Amino acid sequence: MISYLIKRILWMIPMMIGISLISFFIMHLAPGDVTSSESSFNPRASEESRQKLRELYNLDKPVVIQYGLWLKRIVKLDFGNSFASHQKPVLWEQKDKSGNVTKGLIQESLPITLMINLIGIFIIFSISIVLGTISAVRQNTWVDRSITLFVFIGFAIPGFWLALLLMYWTGVSNQWLPISGLHSPGFQNLSSFGQFIDLLKHLVLPVSISSLSGLAGISLYVRNGMLDILHQDFITTARSKGLKEKKVVFIHALKNAILPLITIIGLSIPGLIGGSVIAESIFAIPGMGKLFYDSVLMRDFPVIMGILTIGSILTLIGNLLADIGYAWADPRVRKGLVK
Amino acid sequence: MSVFLKNPLAISGLIIILVILVLALIAPFIVPYDPNFIDINSILLSPSMAHLMGTDGLGRDVFSRMLYGAQISLLVGFVAVGIATLIGVILGSLAGFYRGWVDSLIMRVVDIMLSIPTFFLILAVIAFLTPSIWNIMIVIGLTSWMGVTRLVRAEFFSLRQREFVLAAEAMGSSHFSIIVKHLLPNSLTPIIVSSVLGIASAVLVESGLSFLGLGVQAPTASWGNILTDGKEYIQFAWWLSLFPGLAILITVLGYNLLGEGLRDVLDPKNKN
Amino acid sequence: MHMKIKSILFNFITLIISLVLLISCSKKSSEVIDYNKKFINSFGGTLVNAMAGEPSNLIAMVAGDSASSAIAGNIFNSLIKYDENLNYAPDLAESWKISNNQKTITFKLKKNLKWSDGSPLTSEDVLFTWKLITNPATRTPYGSDYQLVKEASAPDELTFKITYASSYAPALDTWTALHILPKHILKDEDINKTFFSRNPTGSSYYKLDEWISGQQVVLKASNNGASGPPSIKKLISRIIPDTSSQFLELIADNIDLMNINPIQYQRVFPARKDLQQKIALYKELGNGYTYLGFNLKKAPFNDVRVRQALNFAIDKDEVIKGVLLGLGESISSPYKPGTRWNNPNLSPYPYKPQKALKLLSEAGFVKNEDGFLVKDGKSLKFEIITNQNKQREMTAVLIQRRLQEIGVEVSIRVIEWASFVNRFIKTGDFDAVVLGWSLSLDPDQYNIWHSSQQGPGQFNFLGYENKKVDKLLELGRKELNPLKREKIYHRFSEYLLEDSPIVYLYAGYGLSAVHKRVKGIKKPAPPAGIYHNNYNWFIPKPLRRNEILEQ
Repeated sequence: MISYLIKRILWMIPMMIGISLISFFIMHLAPGDVTSSESSFNPRASEESRQKLRELYNLDKPVVIQYGLWLKRIVKLDFGNSFASHQKPVLWEQKDKSGNVTKGLIQESLPITLMINLIGIFIIFSISIVLGTISAVRQNTWVDRSITLFVFIGFAIPGFWLALLLMYWTGVSNQWLPISGLHSPGFQNLSSFGQFIDLLKHLVLPVSISSLSGLAGISLYVRNGMLDILHQDFITTARSKGLKEKKVVFIHALKNAILPLITIIGLSIPGLIGGSVIAESIFAIPGMGKLFYDSVLMRDFPVIMGILTIGSILTLIGNLLADIGYAWADPRVRKGLVK
Repeated sequence: MSVFLKNPLAISGLIIILVILVLALIAPFIVPYDPNFIDINSILLSPSMAHLMGTDGLGRDVFSRMLYGAQISLLVGFVAVGIATLIGVILGSLAGFYRGWVDSLIMRVVDIMLSIPTFFLILAVIAFLTPSIWNIMIVIGLTSWMGVTRLVRAEFFSLRQREFVLAAEAMGSSHFSIIVKHLLPNSLTPIIVSSVLGIASAVLVESGLSFLGLGVQAPTASWGNILTDGKEYIQFAWWLSLFPGLAILITVLGYNLLGEGLRDVLDPKNKN
Repeated sequence: MHMKIKSILFNFITLIISLVLLISCSKKSSEVIDYNKKFINSFGGTLVNAMAGEPSNLIAMVAGDSASSAIAGNIFNSLIKYDENLNYAPDLAESWKISNNQKTITFKLKKNLKWSDGSPLTSEDVLFTWKLITNPATRTPYGSDYQLVKEASAPDELTFKITYASSYAPALDTWTALHILPKHILKDEDINKTFFSRNPTGSSYYKLDEWISGQQVVLKASNNGASGPPSIKKLISRIIPDTSSQFLELIADNIDLMNINPIQYQRVFPARKDLQQKIALYKELGNGYTYLGFNLKKAPFNDVRVRQALNFAIDKDEVIKGVLLGLGESISSPYKPGTRWNNPNLSPYPYKPQKALKLLSEAGFVKNEDGFLVKDGKSLKFEIITNQNKQREMTAVLIQRRLQEIGVEVSIRVIEWASFVNRFIKTGDFDAVVLGWSLSLDPDQYNIWHSSQQGPGQFNFLGYENKKVDKLLELGRKELNPLKREKIYHRFSEYLLEDSPIVYLYAGYGLSAVHKRVKGIKKPAPPAGIYHNNYNWFIPKPLRRNEILEQ
């Protein structure tokens, strides 16, 4: 198990180099650069000033040199400062000589995206197990059919459309939930409990939207997995041994179905992170997805490269955790019998 | 075949897809209006006999635009998936057939691609190239080949040691002909299923991109960009939000149903 | 086990239901309020508005974006500003004198000016600010105007004196835009990196209270403001990137004002009595215009007859009616109607397709059997490009249709902004564009129309060259006498109309929706717009938001 872990972690290094290469060279597909969104077409801003900006940001050196310089810095986790939000560091906070702290962009936005995604994963995990199992156990009954129908619709529904409809229905027609943002304007004045409820209210829609397709997909997966397992020999054996049906299903079958689930959820992490773009943009949640979208529009290179790298690292870590979880849960791997 | 017909998933999926395909194909013949015809006297009219799905902010007939939007969605779906499948089949065959370092290399690339959140990658690339329908198709294709690669590779692994393959090798057939004549035809199931499901996903991605303004550009109608307009007037012109969303939902549903249905139908057979 | 699952499910559902109940318990109450009563002006209240983008940096000279300058404008003063009739008025300077040779301006500051931290504001700060913006190490795109000042000095605490190399008429306008910064705080700081950009100290009506990244910026009234305190105590700017979300927030009473589009103004509001009860609409002419520009270096646009013909073939009233629902005006000078720079004797090209065809045939274009205009075997066709702006897209489509009617083939391409500017505009690789200019209040348009401004990245990207216009633009920059200047720019507008390098499409109205709790807005809007006196707006006590406690 240890050797397995070490091997896995070592594999991450060439992966990250590959990811950094891909991220970096994508930037240079762009015809524009930072100065194009800042001050172009303001007749009061001159070309020489913009040229100066270009030089100050190293945009005139050859591409390979730029990559080398960038790689040297990100190994030290220095992603530089954002172009669009001038002083803000991309990743982590910086202190200036007077002790003033400027927080990093990713430092501020990542926790929010993580929070939404972790809550989402939790919801997906719990609800899909329930739905998938019920579906498998009651195969081909109306329960199974309706759950399957719900699952398919959840899979097919465009997230941004559902977001709009829900936003309108819950925020405008009936003022149950806030329309956008993470906190209400009077947030500071609320008690801790009030703040907690306020946060919940703001998160309901984004979390629901971003976990919907994951929920649908994994419920289906659990259902199919359970069906497979329930038809296997060891289940028949258990039944013939006289074990109660409930025990058969929920202890033996489920345990086996959950194992691959861990891996699947690990694999769906990049989908969740990528999907945060739409949910966060529509609901104005200041998370990493929205930051990425804004940065792309502004050609904010350091932030784009930073988020692609961090997002990929998160995915790698997520998969690693999923693999570890699987290895630990599966006694065969744990005992070194299977790789 | 009879198994197929008995599977409700596959049948409903197929019906939906055929209906939409037919509508898209005959669109030029049945549109009541030119989808780009602006009528400033008919701005934001609600659905009526004259305009079955109402009009948009420029007075254009939404129903006509929806029909042409179907063409776009399906075109993007087919071409993107075509590209992805082509790449995936080639890489998967190479990895599955030659194994060894070829396999390791290809699988590393697959892993790297799978580690970068796809939507981020697509967004970044699209925004840096000029957003256009061709760029979308290519980019979606270039970011969704990984699944097919793995599936083809897996099939090749299990087929590699079968008698008919060994026999072909013994006869001195070229690698290429073994792959093309023997291995691929027996690996069709996962390729077909993943292609069908891939179309569903491509339609969703295209409509998402168009919604964000980075997809199909005006004045070409796409379900996604009709929804962008719908977002502006959501509390006023419900038809601009309802119909394109429903259309996307139904189309994607159709492909998913067909894909899952095909998987049900074809899988048990292969298990034997 | 089965029981366990059942009870988990049961608990889960109970949890969800209780959360739903909790959440819905705090619904907003709806009572009927009469907003038309007479209310007394008193200090206090909170105004909530929405911004599409987040400010990047509150030092306006370094920041490039409008969100930053909007917020910074509440915190900092300039030497002078515009009053409601667009005349120069005191801000930090109570008076100013222009020397006889027209090259020197002497500003006299108000007495007892203070920064919000209590320190005195003197001419040293003004000099310091000028040195900053003209310093090549400062990462600002706006330095060039201020670099024209050859000498600047602060002979005493209340006097700031500048001398230009030659008379520069737009000078005073540039001094309305420069936010004066505090020397005592910034003198040892690197202006490009200083924390001051996120925690500024200013001298105007408001100071920064808190800035929650990605969510909102809160400003609080300052007691030391150069012009006294404002009436509204707190300004909260919420960051809501999506304009449709902003509109929903306005309807749900979560924000107090926003800019709206013609359809919301003309169609949505009139249909909703409930909205009309609590929200008031305002319209005013903006200071910009939208145009169809031709690449003058490319045939057939190098032929003035073709340009004039296309101008006659476009129905501008139709564009205004269709795109702006009538909320705009047709123009014939590149200036705001109603201002002195606008030439009252000029009128826009009327819609005369027959005249267009006549001009085109003079230029050699004849209709072939398919109805397309052809010259020397080549048909008259071109591509209009524009950026992702709904109104511009709609405009392009309407133009395309009208031109198609006379046999001109037009295709349209909508391009995302950065690509648009870098791949097409800067390289000169385009036929025609639909774009807009948002202009300053000074009539100088040298940067846009002078033949020397055609370099890559410069603003005469259409390639306009007219020696007579060049001369006028040079003279206009030097002439400080407003009456003489008027004549120069009227003549300039005449040439521009005659040459028709662009087709003026419209000057749209700025449309605002403001909640009726905000009082003190002038209607109809004065020339400077409704926002010019926003520091005198007030929110009467009974109408203030109760979810935001006064602190």
